[in-house]
Amino acid sequence: MSQATSIKPQLASVSPNPLAERLKLTLNYDELSNCIRCGFCQPSCPTFKETGIEAASPRGRLALMKAVVDDLMAPDEAFQQQMDLCLGCRACEPVCPADVKYGHLLEQTRDAIEKHKDHRWWIKPIRKVAFGQLFPNQRRMRLLGSALRLYQRSGIQGLLQKSGLMGILPDSMSQMERILPEASSKGVVEQLGTYVPAKGGKKPIATVGMFRGCIMDVLFTETNKNTVKLLSEAGFDVVIPDTQNCCGALHAHSGELDQARALARKNIDAFRSAGVDYIISNAGGCGALLVEYGHLLHDDPEYAEAALQFAGNVKDISQMLIERGNIPKFAAAETVAGADQVTVTYQDSCHLRNVMKAGNAPRDLMKRIDGAKLVELRGADRCCGSAGIYNLVQPEMSMDILDHKMEHVKETQAHYLLTSNPGCLLQMKLGIEREQMSDKMKAVHIVDFLCEHMIEETRAAK
Amino acid sequence: MLAESIRQQLRQIVGDNWFKDDPEALVTHSYDATPMVQNLPDGVIYPSTREEVAAILKVANEHRIPIVGRGAGSNLCGGTVATEGGIVMVMNRMNKLIEIDQENLTATFQPGLNTKEFHLAVESLGLFYPPDPSSMVISTLGGNIMECAGGLRGLKYGTTKDYVIGLEAVLTSGEIIRTGGKLYKDVAGYDLTKLLVGSEGTLAIITEAIVKLLPAPKYKKTMLAMYQDMNAAAKTVSAIIGNQIIPATLEFIDNPTLRVVEEFNKIGLPLDMEAVLLIEQDGNDMETIEQDIEAIKRICLEQGAAEVKIAGSAQEAEKLMMARRSALSTLARIRPTTILEDATVPRSKIADMVKEINQIAKKYNVQICTFGHAGDGNLHPTCTTDARDHDEIHRVEQAFEEIFDAAIRLGGTITGEHGVGMMKAPYLEWKVGEAGIELMKNIKRAFDPNNIMNPGKIFAKESRKRLVVQR
Repeated sequence: MSQATSIKPQLASVSPNPLAERLKLTLNYDELSNCIRCGFCQPSCPTFKETGIEAASPRGRLALMKAVVDDLMAPDEAFQQQMDLCLGCRACEPVCPADVKYGHLLEQTRDAIEKHKDHRWWIKPIRKVAFGQLFPNQRRMRLLGSALRLYQRSGIQGLLQKSGLMGILPDSMSQMERILPEASSKGVVEQLGTYVPAKGGKKPIATVGMFRGCIMDVLFTETNKNTVKLLSEAGFDVVIPDTQNCCGALHAHSGELDQARALARKNIDAFRSAGVDYIISNAGGCGALLVEYGHLLHDDPEYAEAALQFAGNVKDISQMLIERGNIPKFAAAETVAGADQVTVTYQDSCHLRNVMKAGNAPRDLMKRIDGAKLVELRGADRCCGSAGIYNLVQPEMSMDILDHKMEHVKETQAHYLLTSNPGCLLQMKLGIEREQMSDKMKAVHIVDFLCEHMIEETRAAK
Repeated sequence: MLAESIRQQLRQIVGDNWFKDDPEALVTHSYDATPMVQNLPDGVIYPSTREEVAAILKVANEHRIPIVGRGAGSNLCGGTVATEGGIVMVMNRMNKLIEIDQENLTATFQPGLNTKEFHLAVESLGLFYPPDPSSMVISTLGGNIMECAGGLRGLKYGTTKDYVIGLEAVLTSGEIIRTGGKLYKDVAGYDLTKLLVGSEGTLAIITEAIVKLLPAPKYKKTMLAMYQDMNAAAKTVSAIIGNQIIPATLEFIDNPTLRVVEEFNKIGLPLDMEAVLLIEQDGNDMETIEQDIEAIKRICLEQGAAEVKIAGSAQEAEKLMMARRSALSTLARIRPTTILEDATVPRSKIADMVKEINQIAKKYNVQICTFGHAGDGNLHPTCTTDARDHDEIHRVEQAFEEIFDAAIRLGGTITGEHGVGMMKAPYLEWKVGEAGIELMKNIKRAFDPNNIMNPGKIFAKESRKRLVVQR
């Protein structure tokens, strides 16, 4: 073996680059060094699959990060764009032989870029308001929801849709506007209160705290209510602490780690004082950050231990039902024209599968629905292109990925396409809209589908 | 850095999008899966046709610019690192499966085709292409051909060179040659097909290949034999084959690997065992397979196996295979740097080789776990280390040097399936001798008089002196 760690004259300029210096401070170099460059991550990477370009793969992005820290290159505009192009789906992590924590390194990189970035004048205030004042504040989210509801109800929506004014937005945006669910001005706590006991008056299996989410509780309040209903039906006492707030996932993925940490601390306090055994999420994207609170706050002397404990008790609703629940009976009795039985398929929530490692639980539940046939979606484990707000900031790549996804969706000929995360759900609705298949197929959150087909009070033996 | 006029010519050949020399492209083509090797190329080019390949090679030849062909960059010998700069030629746009000819049982494809995708396409027709390198999920067939990839099925089915029967290749002059064909017999002149297979990108760029296919075996059965005595395990390997049974898979895991795998995965492996053999037989007739497995079981016990387990179901078989499959991934987790070697010996010498490896690891105080394809004598002594610890890396290098020497002394070779590349170039002379090297260099000159094809690979500037090891 010859010693050939020779590196040619570096591409980085001699003058210190402030972003490079920040990346050196932010990135965990030990973790970066763990990549053995085997490339096993590449087949799982949606952006590599779309582009075929090494730089647009996890191995490539890690090499770029390391090259910056090693002073081999400067973090130029292309570097930053490449980091933005990543969906953050983390499908590369379960297939990594060396167990590199790619998601953490990406977050660290984005955090450094964000701290350094000079946003265009009109983006700065938007980011500040959205990340600093809107998502963290459930009351303001609710106000926004009311405004959205007014827009939808008042006829302005219909008027705008008819006027052709929506046509000036990019295609994907105007289609997205059409599939947006009706916002609710009352959240789950306003509608159900903060405590719902286990049904049937029996001793509860456990007390669970429901994580309602910020967007979930405005756009998918019904799903939140159904989550509580399912949990109670399955034998859990449900507490919904009203002091909880946004999980911080959108912040963490957008390079706002400090704000994500602040939100995490508040949530830890909220659920600690509620005295719950588990914290239940019905959104893979939120759940995945909740289970990583331990990592997020590992440097915080006051919260590190509580964060670890919190993270250990986080479960997705499907996971909780399968692992501990007294699972109710489900039956799909409806008849669908031209079919003997209802066919359902499932699109993974990347973060439920790759980070919470609970991708089997929703499938196990779906198999329990009498009269429904589960057809596996080819490439279900591949990101749908929603990826938080990715479909808004990278519309082109997001739509390429979605269109490929829909080819496989069509093959399933399913009547229902179920998912476990609001972003995926909206993206799937968008895909169905784009393919003009809405008369044949409906995208539904698994919780809503289960609730609608639950036969109450007759319990299947576990 | 390439002159502007040359960059312009290259852009004209492939289009502006497919020649890149920005920092991002150069950095992400400065490595492959080989530990501790990195060098920036001067450009990256993505041809889409044989004509483009020919035009690029002409320009490169005229200006003496090194050309490094690259598939997925998953090789372990530094084969696709531009150690002398130049242009990395990425073949992944040429990834068409051109034809599966069911009458001739052949397949024709372009070099950028992914190995696993090809396997799936072939298997969907009830056919079988045996070479299955562990990197097959990402590797390309072009890369497999250039490195003559092996895999778990080498013992019964051979390696890449046993399946490639025709090639289309572009020479440095820009001329295009076709060798072989859909022919199982062809003795027209020197066998250029076999010469190009395993040539590591040093002779020509392949633009199309024809391979043989087999009908897929319908059934398989898996078993595990455990040994408290390494020699007994090794003797079993020879005895199985001596009894004229050729299993499809005959894998070996040593005790250090077992310990690491068990510690991390907790799958209930026996830690008191010195070695484990994982055996699989396939075929079209379940009865014959069962007879073979019974016979193998008997041989294992006769040779001193402490315990033999036969998988009752596919799931159980999968569980048994897990120990072997998770070997590399587990080893890769212990320390940041994982060096996977492929010293190979005649299968009758496996016990000696493993003993040598363990002694050498102890001598240099480095951690080396060994697993591999016992059936064909191809072992994977794998060292877990840290590239940042220079003192340790130096000891690792000394240890591997001694392992290569031991392999050759036992009648083996320095590399069974990973290739020479730049990593083992200094040791090639130990295996093929001075005259052998000179002959190979002459062949190289005939193909590539200006030494632009993957320079610095296979042939070292200087061979390592072979020391007589005192023990």
